[in-house]
Amino acid sequence: MMKISPKTATLLVLTALVAITPFFFPSGYYYRVGALIFVNGLAVTGIVILTGYAGQISLGHAGFAGIGGYACALAPVHWGIHPALAVVLGAAISAGLAYLVGRPILRLKGYYLGVATLGFGILVSMVLNNERDLTRGPDGIEVPELGLRAVLKDWGLNLSNGEFWYYFCGLFLIVGAWIALNLHSSPAGRALRALHGSEVAARTVGIDVPRMKLQAFVISAVYASVSGSLLALQNKFITPDVAGFMHSIEMVTMAVLGGVGSVLGAIFGAGILTLLPQVLTVFAEYEQMVLGLVMVLVMIFLREGLLPSILRRLRGRGE
Amino acid sequence: MSELLQFLFSGVTVGAVYALVALGFTIIYNASDVVNFAQGEFVMLGGMITWFAHAAGLPLPLAALSAIVVTAALGVAMNKLMIEPARGAPVVSLIIITIGASIFIQGGTQLIFDKQIHSFPAFSGDAPIRVGGATILPQSLWVIGGALVVFLGLWVFFTRTLLGRAVLATSNNRLAAQLVGINTNFVMTLSFALSAGIGALAGVLATPITLVAYNVGIGFALKGFAGAMLGGMGNPKGALVGGFAIGLIEAMTAGYLSSQYKDAAAFIVILAVLFFLPHGLFGRKSTDRV
Repeated sequence: MMKISPKTATLLVLTALVAITPFFFPSGYYYRVGALIFVNGLAVTGIVILTGYAGQISLGHAGFAGIGGYACALAPVHWGIHPALAVVLGAAISAGLAYLVGRPILRLKGYYLGVATLGFGILVSMVLNNERDLTRGPDGIEVPELGLRAVLKDWGLNLSNGEFWYYFCGLFLIVGAWIALNLHSSPAGRALRALHGSEVAARTVGIDVPRMKLQAFVISAVYASVSGSLLALQNKFITPDVAGFMHSIEMVTMAVLGGVGSVLGAIFGAGILTLLPQVLTVFAEYEQMVLGLVMVLVMIFLREGLLPSILRRLRGRGE
Repeated sequence: MSELLQFLFSGVTVGAVYALVALGFTIIYNASDVVNFAQGEFVMLGGMITWFAHAAGLPLPLAALSAIVVTAALGVAMNKLMIEPARGAPVVSLIIITIGASIFIQGGTQLIFDKQIHSFPAFSGDAPIRVGGATILPQSLWVIGGALVVFLGLWVFFTRTLLGRAVLATSNNRLAAQLVGINTNFVMTLSFALSAGIGALAGVLATPITLVAYNVGIGFALKGFAGAMLGGMGNPKGALVGGFAIGLIEAMTAGYLSSQYKDAAAFIVILAVLFFLPHGLFGRKSTDRV
């Protein structure tokens, strides 16, 4: 039998999921849920690079999602930039900011890094909330239409709005996962995983630890930013909540819950946590309690995250 | 001048609440190396349970006492059911566990009580006291006094009593503490009870000024965490200074610069402090183990 690498396997599984699940959708609504999972999955893939590979914590990554989202809302209106370019602009601003902020704060470790990133996220969300002249404050702001769907229609590919965003976000997720997986086995990825194990040991073998950490931070910021942009373009509306503390926590929780060590695991976590509220709307009253309980129980009983634990159990049974 | 004094008063009042929350963080961190993000929920529970018991007809002191006892018991339960089973888990997992606990407590609170904003009467009336052109509420004095008394009490406890020293020993080295016969499980239980009780006390004292609802906890947790980190995590003196500092920075920013960005100022100061002192103002320097 031909041996396939974990990388190829992950990409195949992802592509198959994106392509095949729509056949089982009972209604158009599920395209929207799927697209949301992909958007969250993209942000969470960035967390895998930062936390899973490099072992650094961020409690403020939603700040970058906010920047990406508001870039799509503001740049087309104020500077007449095409929304697609606004995604790139948002990513560039996020990367620049991550570079500037990351330099000083990545010297910190553990909880100190946590509070510093938390502070950064809160600053971004505050600016979005308070600069009403620009962002229209807490009520949110409309985001212009991307316009790609109309172009596709001209080419003869007629997709509904839900279908378009489902496949578009799915494509982004697959490309994002592909990049993250390539990084994993590249020299840079190995360096990141080495410094995760021990910074001192990594330094002694000649790894430029601060530079590598900064790279991981910048890359993961770009992931968060693009995910924020996609969310804004898809909803055609955005509020400062996208940059809020709870969204930062959500990203980290999705990643760790699913298994922050692997791209597929983290995306799985994004899927579960995106679906959970949809399922729980039936028990709206208990939603928060169940969510909190799930977070606690998974972290206690399945420490490596859901997917790795499940896979291990399956393998254990097979032998 | 009277304006400055006024800002000073309001800063010291909120600062005292943050200091109490930060002290709660410190106690649990010392005993278990866990930063308990549910600390703010203890404050919320202190306020909510007191309101509920008082509305049900209990006299205020008794209502407050019951709130503190119930919250302390919940703290102990949280330790037994959520923290101890997760011993040795990485920092990120512990953060998620305590945030999960905090979401769980919020959900439970809105289910058992409600989603409304509540309050109860101030302990010594609402007549403002005039001091040098500024005014201060009697309840503010209760809050500030409460923070100082708790700090002094903890100081005596940790330095003068055998049990307190046992807690310190456990925080320094758990295994060594066990070897000299300290019941470290009891120390953990005690720390969570103490920390939750102090949190609830903060809620009891602050609610007549700040009001309470099921979702106010996270704000207290973030500020208390910030205060504890500013002072240097694990150091009670740092927690006290850090908490008051955050309160003062907030009040001065709100007064002189912009009330919208008062929360930002505290975090900018923290970023600046951590830049020069990566372990906070009074934090001990840690070394990397290879």
